[in-house]
Amino acid sequence: MSTVTTSRYVTEYDAIAAKLPGQNLPWLQQLRKDALARFSANGFPSPREEEWRYTNVSAIEKKLFSPVLGFVSHPNLQTVDADWLKSQQLEDAWSVVLVNGHFSIDHSKLDGLPEDISIMSIADALVGAKNFSPLLETYLGRAVNIAEHSLIAFNTAWFTDGVFVYVPAKQVLAKPIQLLNIVTEADAMATTRNLVIVAENAEAQVIETFAGLNDAYLTATVTEVFVDQNAQLTLYKLQTESEKAYHFGGTYVKQAKDARFTHHNFAFGGLLARCDIHTELDQASECELNGLYLGVKRQHLDNHTRINHLKPHAISREMYKGVLDDRARGVFQGRVIVAEDAQKTDSLMNNRNLLLSNEAEADTKPQLEIYADDVKCGHGVTVGQLDEKSIFYLQSRCVDEETARNMLTFAFANEMVDKIKIKSLHDKVLEQVLARFPQEGVEKDWL
Amino acid sequence: MLKIENLHVSVGDKPILKGINLQVKAGEIHAIMGPNGSGKSTLSHVLSGKAGYEITQGSITYQGKDLTEMPPEIRAREGIFLAFQYPVEIPGVSNIYLLKAALNAVRKHHGQPEVDAMDFLTLVKHKVKLLEMDEKFLYRAVNEGFSGGEKKRNEILQMAILEPKLCILDETDSGLDIDALKVVADGVNSLRSPDRSFVMITHYQRLLDYIKPDFVHVLAHGQIVKSGGPELALELEEKGYSWLEGQVAA
Repeated sequence: MSTVTTSRYVTEYDAIAAKLPGQNLPWLQQLRKDALARFSANGFPSPREEEWRYTNVSAIEKKLFSPVLGFVSHPNLQTVDADWLKSQQLEDAWSVVLVNGHFSIDHSKLDGLPEDISIMSIADALVGAKNFSPLLETYLGRAVNIAEHSLIAFNTAWFTDGVFVYVPAKQVLAKPIQLLNIVTEADAMATTRNLVIVAENAEAQVIETFAGLNDAYLTATVTEVFVDQNAQLTLYKLQTESEKAYHFGGTYVKQAKDARFTHHNFAFGGLLARCDIHTELDQASECELNGLYLGVKRQHLDNHTRINHLKPHAISREMYKGVLDDRARGVFQGRVIVAEDAQKTDSLMNNRNLLLSNEAEADTKPQLEIYADDVKCGHGVTVGQLDEKSIFYLQSRCVDEETARNMLTFAFANEMVDKIKIKSLHDKVLEQVLARFPQEGVEKDWL
Repeated sequence: MLKIENLHVSVGDKPILKGINLQVKAGEIHAIMGPNGSGKSTLSHVLSGKAGYEITQGSITYQGKDLTEMPPEIRAREGIFLAFQYPVEIPGVSNIYLLKAALNAVRKHHGQPEVDAMDFLTLVKHKVKLLEMDEKFLYRAVNEGFSGGEKKRNEILQMAILEPKLCILDETDSGLDIDALKVVADGVNSLRSPDRSFVMITHYQRLLDYIKPDFVHVLAHGQIVKSGGPELALELEEKGYSWLEGQVAA
């Protein structure tokens, strides 16, 4: 039996603990204490764990990133280039900015937000703004448990701030909400915890974007999501961290009866990035998980999804695509669990990988665990190169080989981009796709 | 237009074509018939420049130029069009985008400016009507989910837009019902002109009822074993191929 040496993060914890939000809340103190104990015992996840076998995170322990502390809701943004910040914000959305793990009210644009909809710093919500504290006590840590894996424990013990979004019953949001996460300091860690609640019959769209200056830093973020009965939420994640950054992001969802949840995951940035999307489906609820990971150079992009069908008649659809060039490595582990009670489940999971270089690698592992007997479940995975027949067909239609390859690569990725319903986000993602792959001959006004 | 002399082609170590001689003049329609495995499709692939075929002997000259060293896209821009037996589905690339990219590549090759977007749309819509296609096909991904007939029509649409000089039709009639065959044949016939030639590769004589060839050649075991006029096709229909296969390398 191997012993885990105490993480250096744990040794540093006492010095920062007093500055973390929620000191006056016994329930949160207990939660953080349990999380810290859990993390102390286990350290960061090891490749020996099945869910982490393709992804080695030991670099985070070696680097020792530090939380940025000392302010709550007014981080110093003088070092951030205003134009760059603006380029990250979507025009047609309400947006809030989190800088180095702290909510910045100064840079948020919430004009015209209906009064009964709350978008606020979770640190503020915890200290009693609008009496949300009891609600937070009920929901925080309920969509994901610290036992899930030790990065959840890490996030729970260390989170400095985050966003709390509450959409009350029957509200249909006129604009999407953007949660823009940026990191501006080298060796910083941004540990944010978000909570999104969409109450009965309400509808909302939320966009999480991640970006940073060209430094090594760590993002460790957890978003808990509750989609209540007959409510709808579309959640987009655009991860464009710096090429030296480490990103660990988890989205954990609970869907009530008849709730609909759609997730679009664009994993483009970071040196090492891991994204977990878990959802639990109640009766007749529906979920759609879409993903696109584009790896170049030596990027390692890991995506884990888990769809848990708990009750009958729920529908899940999943399509993840990966394009990997140079020495990049992509990982997809998708699990679908159908409980004994979840009869008439209808589930389809797909993962398609395109390798553009001989040194690129894709590891794909779909898992179906079915305990009910009357279900329709399917899955398919492919790992391949561009189809030579298609290249020849395009060449025979006057297109040169390089352009043909670019067209086919772009077309492969564009299928996922085309699913985006928000114009400004669509254009931004498209721009990112084109920036990552040679697009000689591929026109932007793709007809 | 096209001159093939003593063409020998191998795939790996296996010789497929063993000394083909064929001359196609401007405006002519040649039908190449033959049983399965005779080398018909190999000939069409070699003419269009598909990889994987080795020319071990002989020459192919197109409009006075050596074709053998030309990449497929240059052949296409120079006016050679292959209508595929099995048109390839290209998800994510719309039909109209490919048509525009192809036409512009040809124009650029000939030193002409890119086509005006409005003119292009007018041209495409006109041709679509001619081929009795639905305009919505233009905005769908290339051949994706198309029926056999729709795919073949789409090939002819591309041909009509690109206005090639040498059209190679590889088993264009396969998988078509009689109505679709008529539409495709009408499309081809409307493109006949004194400066455009056709090479039709076909197993059956049926297509030749609708597109009348000037010459018919029979390919067997990698060689042209008999050439003649349209009446040869009728003879084949009646007698089959076996009476000719004995004549190899006679």
